[in-house]
Amino acid sequence: MELFVFVCAAAMVIAGALGVVLRSNPVHAALSLVLTLFGIAVMFISQQAEFLAAVQVVVYAGAIVVLFLFVIMLLGVDRAENLETESLGIQRPLAVILSLGFVALLVTTILQGRDSLNMRGDGLSTADSGDHDANIRQIARSIFSNYVVAFEVTSVLLIVAVVGTVVLARKRKSEKELTGVSG
Amino acid sequence: MLATIVPTSTWYLILGAVLFGIGMVGVLVRRNPLIMFMSIELMLNAVNLTFVALSTQLTDINGQTAVFFVLVVAAAEVVVGLGIIVAIMRRRSEISVDDLSALKG
Amino acid sequence: MLNTVWLVPALPLAGFLLLVLFGRRLSEPKAGWLAATMCGSAFFVTLLVFLDMVSKTAEERSHVVKVFSWIPVGSLHVDLAFLADQLSITMALFITGIGTLIHLYAVGYMHGDPKFSKFFIYLNLFVFSMLMLVLGENLLVTFLGWEGVGTCSYFLISFWHTRDSAATAGKKAFVTNRVGDWGFMMAMFLAFGAVGTLSYGSINSAAHGGSISHVTATAIALMLFVGACGKSAQLPLYLWLPDAMEGPTPVSALIHAATMVTAGVFLMTRMNPVIAEAYHWAPTIIAVVGAATALFAATVAVAQNDIKKVLAYSTVSQLGYMFLAVGSGAYVAAIFHMVTHAFFKALLFLGSGSVIHGMHHEQDMRKMGALRVLMPVTGFTFIIGWLAIAGVPPFAGFWSKDEILLYVFANNRALYVVGLVTALLTAFYMTRQVIMVFFGEAKWKDQSEEHGAHGDFVPHESPKTMLFPLVVLAVLSVGGGLLQLPFTKDLHFLEKWLEPIVEHGEAHIDGSWASDNKYILMLVAIVVALSGIALAVGVYGKKKLPAIEPKILANAWNYDKGVSAFMGGPGRQSFEAVAWADAHVIDGAVLGTGSLVRRSSGLIRKIQSGYVRVYAAAIVIGVLAMLAWFMWRGVA
Repeated sequence: MELFVFVCAAAMVIAGALGVVLRSNPVHAALSLVLTLFGIAVMFISQQAEFLAAVQVVVYAGAIVVLFLFVIMLLGVDRAENLETESLGIQRPLAVILSLGFVALLVTTILQGRDSLNMRGDGLSTADSGDHDANIRQIARSIFSNYVVAFEVTSVLLIVAVVGTVVLARKRKSEKELTGVSG
Repeated sequence: MLATIVPTSTWYLILGAVLFGIGMVGVLVRRNPLIMFMSIELMLNAVNLTFVALSTQLTDINGQTAVFFVLVVAAAEVVVGLGIIVAIMRRRSEISVDDLSALKG
Repeated sequence: MLNTVWLVPALPLAGFLLLVLFGRRLSEPKAGWLAATMCGSAFFVTLLVFLDMVSKTAEERSHVVKVFSWIPVGSLHVDLAFLADQLSITMALFITGIGTLIHLYAVGYMHGDPKFSKFFIYLNLFVFSMLMLVLGENLLVTFLGWEGVGTCSYFLISFWHTRDSAATAGKKAFVTNRVGDWGFMMAMFLAFGAVGTLSYGSINSAAHGGSISHVTATAIALMLFVGACGKSAQLPLYLWLPDAMEGPTPVSALIHAATMVTAGVFLMTRMNPVIAEAYHWAPTIIAVVGAATALFAATVAVAQNDIKKVLAYSTVSQLGYMFLAVGSGAYVAAIFHMVTHAFFKALLFLGSGSVIHGMHHEQDMRKMGALRVLMPVTGFTFIIGWLAIAGVPPFAGFWSKDEILLYVFANNRALYVVGLVTALLTAFYMTRQVIMVFFGEAKWKDQSEEHGAHGDFVPHESPKTMLFPLVVLAVLSVGGGLLQLPFTKDLHFLEKWLEPIVEHGEAHIDGSWASDNKYILMLVAIVVALSGIALAVGVYGKKKLPAIEPKILANAWNYDKGVSAFMGGPGRQSFEAVAWADAHVIDGAVLGTGSLVRRSSGLIRKIQSGYVRVYAAAIVIGVLAMLAWFMWRGVA
């Protein structure tokens, strides 16, 4: 059963990823991204990280991709990139080689280090019939005791990000007087 | 027979690596800044997947906590990044990252 | 008293400084008297030091006075120190003595010159430098004086610098000296390398003790001789001395007769233990060059018509004698001849200056004649000088020249013959000069229009300030031989005095055929001198024999032309090649480094393409490399 789930989810993930990278229309790419995110969420669930799966769907697929779509609409839906040409000749072959090399290296590392990955943590509370919220409880305990400072800092980060973006993306009053300098 | 094969963490890790590679290709090859951003999101997701897989393998909750924070930071980063893209690309007809080569040496 | 030897160079230095500050205000003639007083006081102090030295025993006479530590750098310790010993005090005595006389003479000679005080500034500076040279305790102080006298020689030769020939002569002197200075510097480096110090005492005792190898000693000796050739106008580098006659006559007398040109002989004598340690052929080279120079210059002097040029070539010739003596191991004889030569050559030059002065700056001997009646004192003293240089006893020149010939005969018969022929020629051309100037027809009577034309031109005697030094030098030229009479060992005053200095290098000829038969050799020398005089009287006096003055001798065997042709042709090409190498190879390397950096940075600059994707690719490459490294580390 798990194998079936894994295969389906993996297919979703890879298909979505390839869609993002290969589609010229940005809207199609965004939708492929949603497919990938869903696949990742499924994988989270199959590894008993339910809270994260929920957060992934809500935040990533629900907010971030929507934001992307807003911007696509703002800048023109039909602006499709011309995938035929490549101004920097070496870029494509170089990218393929580099990423293949990267993946190969990572896979080698993973396979090499398989045996050294032993249980060494404090244990993972999984949702069973007894306690449905075991996972979220454990995460909450971890965040609010060990990482509470980081948590507070991220809240500051969010505020800074929002304020900064509002300032950045503001339209200037006298845009006609500005020469072709952007931003 | 197939039912006896259980996907181990290693499978997830390898999938994460592949996803990361695909994302990397996207960043290097695509010229549309939005698509580049989405490729970066792919890479971040690959990292999240890796974290969770290792968290399961090592039975340590800290992996999932890390994913939590990665998610938050990714959100913030997307917000700022898209704001910048909007600010720069607002008045262009053809958006391409290659046009931003004013810092050419 | 010996401790005050530092006063000896300090007094002329003080004179120089005072004249620089106040010379123009003092002007003529007070500036001259000041300079002469300073030089005279230096002579007085030297005399006191000398008397103090005489009263001591032979071992105690050498004394070092350190003024301050000049260069204390690492293993090189050079002090500004003075070595007061027999040799340096002897030199200092006649330098300051004759220097003072010439200062007095110059007060009269330079009368009316607009740069009067400047002349005495240079003269005092010169005396200071010369004293530093001879009193120096180490090679570097001597070199300081060496360069100083070269510089003053340049200043004084081109004193009337508005004359092109004078300016050129000054430059020629300086440049030729510089070539010799290279030799001196090489010798200093070698000496320092071999012994670790530049002090005369240490070098000489190291040489005597055998710590300097034969090869090094030979190299040092020959390099010093190169320096001496430049300064003392020996054959390859003599060509500046005749041109140096462009300077005023007191300059010619002081620098180019009595003092500066003897610096080379002094240096060789000072370093005689090193020369003694060299291979046997090294002193022979010195002797051969000296003899060749003597003969060469004597032949040229026969055909000169300028009164000073004759004396200039005569100086070169006599210096050749001194080096011949040095090369034959006769250091005492060389110093003896140096002293007597200083007396009579200065006398001759000052006398010729007096003649020039009286003839209203006419220097061509063919336009003179019968001057002994009109310039009696000048004529009389000049005749004494003539007899001294010709080698007629009992005048000074005879004794010193005979001493040299004695040692040369014991060493090398061929060089003895050369020396004898040169003595003949010396007597010949000096007699010729005396006859042309002071006897014969009064050829100046035809030239009365050329010299200002205020009525009949009559040469006149010079003022007393110019005559007084002439008389003093004449007395010294007569009695100078008393320094070393060869009759018995007891009369060898100079030899006994200088013995501690030269005991290691001096040739010992007691018991040789030459020594036993020295009276025969003396007789031969007298005969040669008298026959030279007789020949000249026959040619120029009685006009019985034809005058042979070939053009090639007048042009000094075309040596000057040869040197200019060489320097202009192959010389210039090699200089240009060196300059090219400097501009292209050395400068090229420096500039090339700069342009290399620029070009490589131009290439590297292309990495900054401006494209974000290229930068992203670069980051990925870096990450890949690091990951691979860590992987490899982990596996290994």
